[in-house]
Amino acid sequence: MDVIQMQRTWVEYTKSLYREGFLDSQFAQLQLLQDESNPDFVVEVVSLFFEDSERLLNDLTKVIDQQQGVDFKKVDAHVHQLKGSSSSIGAQRVKNACVAFRSFCDEQNIEGSLRCLHQVKQEYYLVKNKLENLFSLEQKIVAAGGSVPVDELGFL
Amino acid sequence: MAAAGTESLRWNLAEEVGVSGCNGNLVNGPGSGSEEFHVLAVDDSVVDRKLIERLLKSSSFKVTAVDSGTRALQYLGLDGEKSTSAVGFNDLKVNLIMTDYSMPGMTGYELLKKIKESKAFKEIPVVIMSSENVLTRIHSCLEEGAEDFLMKPVKKSDVTKLKDFMVKGDQAEKGKRSSIKRKMDDDILKMMMPPTIASSDDDQSSSASHSPSSSSSSPCTSPSCKRTRLQ
Repeated sequence: MDVIQMQRTWVEYTKSLYREGFLDSQFAQLQLLQDESNPDFVVEVVSLFFEDSERLLNDLTKVIDQQQGVDFKKVDAHVHQLKGSSSSIGAQRVKNACVAFRSFCDEQNIEGSLRCLHQVKQEYYLVKNKLENLFSLEQKIVAAGGSVPVDELGFL
Repeated sequence: MAAAGTESLRWNLAEEVGVSGCNGNLVNGPGSGSEEFHVLAVDDSVVDRKLIERLLKSSSFKVTAVDSGTRALQYLGLDGEKSTSAVGFNDLKVNLIMTDYSMPGMTGYELLKKIKESKAFKEIPVVIMSSENVLTRIHSCLEEGAEDFLMKPVKKSDVTKLKDFMVKGDQAEKGKRSSIKRKMDDDILKMMMPPTIASSDDDQSSSASHSPSSSSSSPCTSPSCKRTRLQ
């Protein structure tokens, strides 16, 4: 693929992520904060999000797996953190899954919480995969001498 | 380089957590006579710290980001390990403190109180950030002396308004601050009154304290409206 094609693919792919609700306007805010003096800002903050989320998901799995009884306060605290960080980077579906999760925590509903945990994990891995594809495409564009056409997204 | 003694202790701590100027390089601290404002940002979330740091730097603020209220107090020299009543002045030249509300250990509210209780730092404006729109929480923070309460995720437009709160040791600034606070108190009272709001879960829940279906009819961009707009 040549640079122009890759740039077009990048634009279409990004638009689809917004359209399908994987990303919301907060992600656009991140893209706006990136510039020549901070060219890797989005990748950096999203990488922090990946690390942080995986840690939280591991902790959540451990807490929910407790045979002796689930500490819902702990579960809620972790979900609250995950909700916050997903909201901060614009990972809308993950955030929404966390919102649903918290209401099951409020009800101390184990089955519901287990289902939600599964749902949150699914959404997380989905958006992680999509963002990794996006960043990989950005790397290819830059390597080929082009620039990432953020202004062609039209709504920023 | 920093002088020996307490100064170097502070700078070591700051370097651990990352003091940087707007050009991204490590600096020894805000210079005297610098026109740039220095913000101390407090948030336990690594993602949010990164975000707030970039937001602040993009508005030409210098930033020191720490991960807890305890660290913030240590940075300011208020941690009680030395004779704090003698610690005279804001030599770090912190112009604004932005803190998350919900943090493990010391909450942003508790940090706010400690700052307002200190002779050296009570004049520094404090802004609280939260992902939860809880009126009683907002009100307590403002009562305790916070300048503003920002809903997360914090945006560029929130940050550009912060310059209004910066303290330069000017008496005129205090007057402005109390009028902003009064306006916020009025807005909060107005919001508590409308009879048409029907809230489904307003008693126990810690999240939004009024119904998502209520929305202002006119677009609102002032800090008080932004603060309470539901996400």
